[in-house]
Amino acid sequence: MIEGIIVNTLVRGGVYALLALGFSLIFGVARVLQLAHTAFYMIAAYGIFYFADMLGWPPVLSILVSIIVTTGIGLLTYKLVIDRVREHHVTVMLITLAVAIVFQELMLIAFTGQYRSAPSFVEGNFTILGVKVVYQHALIFIGALVVLAIIWLLLSKTRLGIAIRATAQDTEVANLMGINVSTILFTVMGIATALAAVAGVLVAPTLVLEPHMLWPPFVMVMAIITLGGLGSVKGSIIGAFVLALVEVLVVYLLPTGAFLKGAAALLVMVIVLVFRPEGLFGVVFEEERL
Amino acid sequence: MLSRFFRDFQGDVVAIPGRLIALVFFVLLFFIPLFVQQPYILRTLIFANMFVIFAVSWDFISGYTGQVNFGHALFFGVAAYTSAMLNRGAPLGPDWPIWATIPIGAIAATVAGVLMCLPALRLRGPYLALVTLAFPLILTGIIFANTQFTGGELGIPNLDRISESRTTDYYISLVVMLFSVFIMWKFTDARSGLIRTGIILHAIREDEIAARASGINTIRYKLFAFIVGGFFAGVAGGLYAHFMRIAGPSTLELTLSFQAIIWTVFGGIVSIYGAVVGVYFLYPLMEFLRVVPEFRMLIFAGIVVIILLFMPEGIAVWIRDKLERECPRCKLTNVWWRSTCRACSASLH
Repeated sequence: MIEGIIVNTLVRGGVYALLALGFSLIFGVARVLQLAHTAFYMIAAYGIFYFADMLGWPPVLSILVSIIVTTGIGLLTYKLVIDRVREHHVTVMLITLAVAIVFQELMLIAFTGQYRSAPSFVEGNFTILGVKVVYQHALIFIGALVVLAIIWLLLSKTRLGIAIRATAQDTEVANLMGINVSTILFTVMGIATALAAVAGVLVAPTLVLEPHMLWPPFVMVMAIITLGGLGSVKGSIIGAFVLALVEVLVVYLLPTGAFLKGAAALLVMVIVLVFRPEGLFGVVFEEERL
Repeated sequence: MLSRFFRDFQGDVVAIPGRLIALVFFVLLFFIPLFVQQPYILRTLIFANMFVIFAVSWDFISGYTGQVNFGHALFFGVAAYTSAMLNRGAPLGPDWPIWATIPIGAIAATVAGVLMCLPALRLRGPYLALVTLAFPLILTGIIFANTQFTGGELGIPNLDRISESRTTDYYISLVVMLFSVFIMWKFTDARSGLIRTGIILHAIREDEIAARASGINTIRYKLFAFIVGGFFAGVAGGLYAHFMRIAGPSTLELTLSFQAIIWTVFGGIVSIYGAVVGVYFLYPLMEFLRVVPEFRMLIFAGIVVIILLFMPEGIAVWIRDKLERECPRCKLTNVWWRSTCRACSASLH
């Protein structure tokens, strides 16, 4: 049982980490709560279904096309909608929420509300430490790790990464240092959407696809980034695995109470916040401190 | 005496277009059942009245303290379930009548508001928004775990009606709505000489640190906002449960919390009247869009996106800014067509 818990936590945690990292990047750099984030996860999952199942393209091609198309949609959304109202904080939340609903409804019209499934990229399973692991799950975890490593390298080693971190620290000073802030915001939005798309593409074969599938991870991502500390990359990754562990534990220990998994994860988040109001690794900004 | 009242009325209400429109609108609401008897339209308006209370209470908590509450359905659901459980007598004692269950439900919602404050008041901005999101979802989990008291997925059915006729229901909801909105508006009226909370809440929203430096216990006022807002959201929840005659998990849904935010921000946040406009505009629109069920949510979300793109302050505030002009010298509100102030005749341009 313990091995099962570990494997499931790693798989779930990997997906949540991808989603939460993108969300956290956008918040850290643009100070915007982009509530349509998991909509892109849903779009990418549907992309896999459309390209691989309906059009019968090979898996690698459909993965690439799906990620690129989703990122394009994300950038378009940013340019047309989010960028214009960035200064009004509540309006941004609301407008991105409305955008999420628009995407959900468009998917309902395009693919109907019928339950769909995408084909698995790799069939079969293998045994490690006495646990049977489906290849698809291993692929999810490894894929998530690789992407997270790439993002970490990007943020810590490249000039672009330094510019992103500088903008996150202080937008005005970064602007004075010659960093083109609006280009950085645009890039970050692209990276974040691509992360959501990767998550959606990876899990698509293991999930039932329907247009409302964006809400369960939506709530979890909110909980994760709050737990980990808004805008903290390390926090959102650790938070993802912590809350994934809580969810998996509830499912394993209370088989009849599996519907409580979301509630339990949220309860953990609330308890942590009572003792650490800025989350586990939250950054307290000088002018925002009380 | 009477002529003085008339003069004040003319100066403070008739001369200000926003207030005149509000007055005419509320008076019209009283006469609607005389002309319209279709039960469906009355039903829509009754729901609109309840949701006005709900949306205004969201504005009261979130707009005025700047703390976005994503879990406003918590108050609605707690009150709905409390009223329903008392009304059906289970698990304790007799069936309570409706005039007792709704106030007790609202008080239960107030208690929920205080409990929510324990973690919430330690947090600010986006953290608070995301934490409040959790509470209704946790409560939904608890409700599904205790099906013998709460009915689980099906909820608690067969509650008492508010009254025997739909017209009476309408008037009850209307009067409760006007009363609740008036009280919340008065609490937030920064110019009131009687109640200080208005100006203090505005101060907290503008600059919390400055408010604290001026000796205002901001925590106390945020708690106050949660208590008052929670109470009125609870009133709306109790009315809703008794009108629908069922209290189910849908009263705690994420969508309901978001609806409150959408209505309010659409109309104009931090204004009370914005929430009223938002509900009376969007709720009947949603009902009307049932003629095209597949595109209903799409059109709705599309309208919200477009309006907010072009009027980020909200539609009611935008219209008000077009209709009214503040005198630069004496700060009196004037109609847009005047070129000089009606009191001090300063130029308005």
